[in-house]
Amino acid sequence: MSLLIYAESADGKFKKVAFELASYAKNVADSLGTTVTAVTVNAGNVSELANYGVSKVLKVSNDKLNNFNAKAYADVVKQAAQKEASKVIVLSSTTDSLYLAPLVAVGLDAGFASNVVGLPLSTSPFQVKRTAFSNKAFNITEISTDIKVVSIGKNSFGLVENSTSLSEEDFAPSLNDVDFNVKVESVEKTTGKVTIADADIVVSGGRGLKGPENWGMLEELATVLGAATACSKPVSDLGWRPHSEHVGQTGKPVATNLYIAVGISGAIQHIAGINSSKVKVVINTDAEAPFFKVADYGIVGDAFDILPKLTQKLKEFKANNS
Amino acid sequence: MKILVCISHVPDTTSKINFVNGDSEFDTNGVQYVINPNDEFGLTRAIWFQEQQGANVTVVNVGGADTEPTLRKALAIGANEAIRVNAAATDGFFVAKQLAEVVKSGNYDLVICGKESLDYNGGMVPGMLAGLLNFNFVNSCTELTVDGTSAKVSREIDGGKETISASLPLVIGGQKGLVEEKDLRIPNMRGIMTARTKVLTVLEPVAAENNTKAVKFEKPAPKSAVKLFSADDLEGLVNALHNEAKVI
Repeated sequence: MSLLIYAESADGKFKKVAFELASYAKNVADSLGTTVTAVTVNAGNVSELANYGVSKVLKVSNDKLNNFNAKAYADVVKQAAQKEASKVIVLSSTTDSLYLAPLVAVGLDAGFASNVVGLPLSTSPFQVKRTAFSNKAFNITEISTDIKVVSIGKNSFGLVENSTSLSEEDFAPSLNDVDFNVKVESVEKTTGKVTIADADIVVSGGRGLKGPENWGMLEELATVLGAATACSKPVSDLGWRPHSEHVGQTGKPVATNLYIAVGISGAIQHIAGINSSKVKVVINTDAEAPFFKVADYGIVGDAFDILPKLTQKLKEFKANNS
Repeated sequence: MKILVCISHVPDTTSKINFVNGDSEFDTNGVQYVINPNDEFGLTRAIWFQEQQGANVTVVNVGGADTEPTLRKALAIGANEAIRVNAAATDGFFVAKQLAEVVKSGNYDLVICGKESLDYNGGMVPGMLAGLLNFNFVNSCTELTVDGTSAKVSREIDGGKETISASLPLVIGGQKGLVEEKDLRIPNMRGIMTARTKVLTVLEPVAAENNTKAVKFEKPAPKSAVKLFSADDLEGLVNALHNEAKVI
């Protein structure tokens, strides 16, 4: 009856969202009077999960699962849920977890709610609050099936330490050969750079930066903050920056602690994609730019003048506060 | 190749989002509806397969009669025929069940959905459909080519992309990248005229449960006004981010 989470890892190390999921699930499990079980796939040391309230880990180790395969991973999660007789399965909102979640739900005849923000409003009936209409509204969804699958929005809960004693168990679910007919041929990934999905801070540039040659100053600001760089849609359409950096309604969603928009006017489609970020800063020459309506802090001024100075100020700040 | 493109009928991005009946229903008053943007990329890619590889393209929507103009627009863009399943799209699982029936009875090789709709943002229909049909499935798909019964697909991953090979039948959760934005089709007069005579079949829904229910809606709390700093007071901004917002 325990709650099940799929604790995602990359290269054997847990992603930060795995700990956020564990923190969330522990809270829900407490209110239901049960415990949290995590299923892991080719993760190395799983003991870290004990810091965030996980009582049991089902460790799956299988070379066939080195590349993510949605159907096979969904099968793993499903069989783990069946083994534990879990009624609630909590997943994250990474690209991979959103890919497998509906497959898990169908496999378990479970209702599914995505983009969940915050703890369930009630567990009987099971009601959760989720974002909808591209972050322009919230929607309270009731899941009526016996088994429930929820995926929680990034940064919507945070990390809560909760030391638990952990038992580990090797788990070897049966895998379906046909699932591997979807085969990963190659992976292109930027290495050594903070990705938008993992970042706590995102620094984003728009057409106001005038050309790809001016991205150096944005990257310097990002480096000082340990931030990922992103861009507006026109910038990726013009080919100044790769599509993988495009954030907004048709690009990547951003739900980060701090989002700094430089030379981005703030078209409604852009705002839709970044509005779940907690604190938004805008730097723009045009005081009438729509971004100022949604930002928390703003500077009306020229990015070419402000960015190097801001980077310098932040360097000094970091030097004094580290 | 027989392609089914699943279309959602969604409020235009610039629509005002309001709710009525005690915040239990979306206020459709004065709202313009469009083809869900993620679906529109898939539809345009499907038309490319029709023109380049002789594919037959059917569009389908689960919705009431009020959604037919959206299907007619898809026909005007170039789809060969349209199907409307006559039921309100109230739950992702319910919709996936309806679509699965359409796929089974039409023997489609390739099913193209958008990875999510821009109204409920559930992101569940493509995966549930693939699960119900036991078809191969690729989500967040940014490139798609088909040669015979094998497909090459690119998928966006966190921080990059994956290239995947998969055999048909296949379900795609598509997004921007399937075609470039500049290549999206706008219906021309000839398309609009021929769309009027194309076949639009209305099917009654099959019995299926609703696994979820939207109980209520809320609008975000109004935001306080932006706090401005002068370009000479970057110190002030850094302090605010540290002491007030506590994000650095």
